[in-house]
Amino acid sequence: MEAHYWWIIGGVLFVLLNTAAGLIWLERRMLALWQDRYGPNRAGPFGILIVLADTLKLFFKEDWIPPFADKVVFVFAPAVVVASVLMAFAVVPFGPGIVVADMNIGILFFLAMSSLGVYSIVLGGWASNNKYALLGAMRGASQMISYEVFMGLALMGTVILSGTFNLGEIVEAQKGMWYIFPQLLGFVIFFIAGIAETHRLPFDIPEAESELVAGFHSEYSGMKFGMFFIGEYLGITLISSMIVTLYFGGWLGPAFLPGVIWFVIKTFVFIMVFILLRASMPRPRYDQLMEYGWKVLFPLSLLNLLGTAAIKLIIDK
Amino acid sequence: MGIAFYIAAAVAVLSTIMVITRFNIMHALLYFIVSLLSVAVVFYLYGAPFMAALELIIYAGAIMVLIIFFVMMLNLGSQTAGEERSWMTPGVWIGPSVLCLVLLGELVYLMLQPGDLSGDVRVVDPKEVGKSLFGPYILAVELAGMLLMAGIVGAYHLGRQKKKIVHRFLQNAES
Repeated sequence: MEAHYWWIIGGVLFVLLNTAAGLIWLERRMLALWQDRYGPNRAGPFGILIVLADTLKLFFKEDWIPPFADKVVFVFAPAVVVASVLMAFAVVPFGPGIVVADMNIGILFFLAMSSLGVYSIVLGGWASNNKYALLGAMRGASQMISYEVFMGLALMGTVILSGTFNLGEIVEAQKGMWYIFPQLLGFVIFFIAGIAETHRLPFDIPEAESELVAGFHSEYSGMKFGMFFIGEYLGITLISSMIVTLYFGGWLGPAFLPGVIWFVIKTFVFIMVFILLRASMPRPRYDQLMEYGWKVLFPLSLLNLLGTAAIKLIIDK
Repeated sequence: MGIAFYIAAAVAVLSTIMVITRFNIMHALLYFIVSLLSVAVVFYLYGAPFMAALELIIYAGAIMVLIIFFVMMLNLGSQTAGEERSWMTPGVWIGPSVLCLVLLGELVYLMLQPGDLSGDVRVVDPKEVGKSLFGPYILAVELAGMLLMAGIVGAYHLGRQKKKIVHRFLQNAES
């Protein structure tokens, strides 16, 4: 039992880190495809060795800490995002029985870890001691704090339907019907909040390279920048796998493929949606983002919660 | 579980001491976050996973981020660290420390009493918390709701702005 457990942890870490690295190549190729270009196609078959080249480049770059920065916090900040996202993966059920920590508070743990991820942006921006970084950090903090609220509220719909916080039990509860059908509104809100939470385009307002240089990581170079980079791709994978777990039946699927394969396929679809969004959407203004969140998504998520609870009560009677 | 508890508790105490003794406010806040995290671990160990998660989501994930947000806006530099240093005289910290020592002594005395205080740990799941919150403690929940409502109304009042019309003809008509 113990050995089996360590295999799960090792396997999950191995697959996740490789996925995050592979996404660099996949994203550039897919963006190129959707924009009628070739993208990186020189190194290796289909240009996949660009990942290796990129990583080597990051390792050999000068690892510069600005003299005006707060050194300890500056070094510490990039680690926070990777650590918190990897911790959140501990509660995701990848297949029947394949989960690192089968906790009764799974969803809450995911929310807690995603809210701790804010610190990497805030601290990175503050420690850089740079105007653009500070602006990016402030935008990041307010964006992620606001969108966390609707994210949590949207999730509560599935919690009401399944009656548990345990992610494995939520997947089991979707045997009859995936929650995407009764919880369509909740899914849409969770998806939008998820994009904002991973600060991906169109909501990459904390970095906004056309306004703020590179936002909160303007001063970062080398492997410290690489950590933010990997953290972002891990975040995409995390949100995609949470969407699959909560709304698309997790590992459930026709029996000719094992559950893990179904989970990977479904997650992959959502990762592609994330990349397609980057290729197709313009970035909103900062105040538009906040207004949209608080004036549209917040009331909608409350309504969704209220409606779900009422319908559940009526059906149970 | 004993060792895990003692480690978490030691981290909590140490980081809290560091919160008080740091002169740079951002470092103090970071230690405060560590202290909150370790308290969450203690909650988890003593059978309150729901409380532990809430501690992480609300205190470490939301309130502390807001405080850090404001500290960032205030742009407190090295001169405030110097100010803090000059305020930290023995006269300031001796009084509270003595009072805390009295409390500590009392706690140790109580712990040395016969009878198992730590007792058996019973895991309280979220459902149970919800049932007791909306059962016997419904009045407290409603009072907290009223307090929050007052806070929201106050924040709305403070943040309200009179609508400004920037059109040159309409502006004259307004004033």
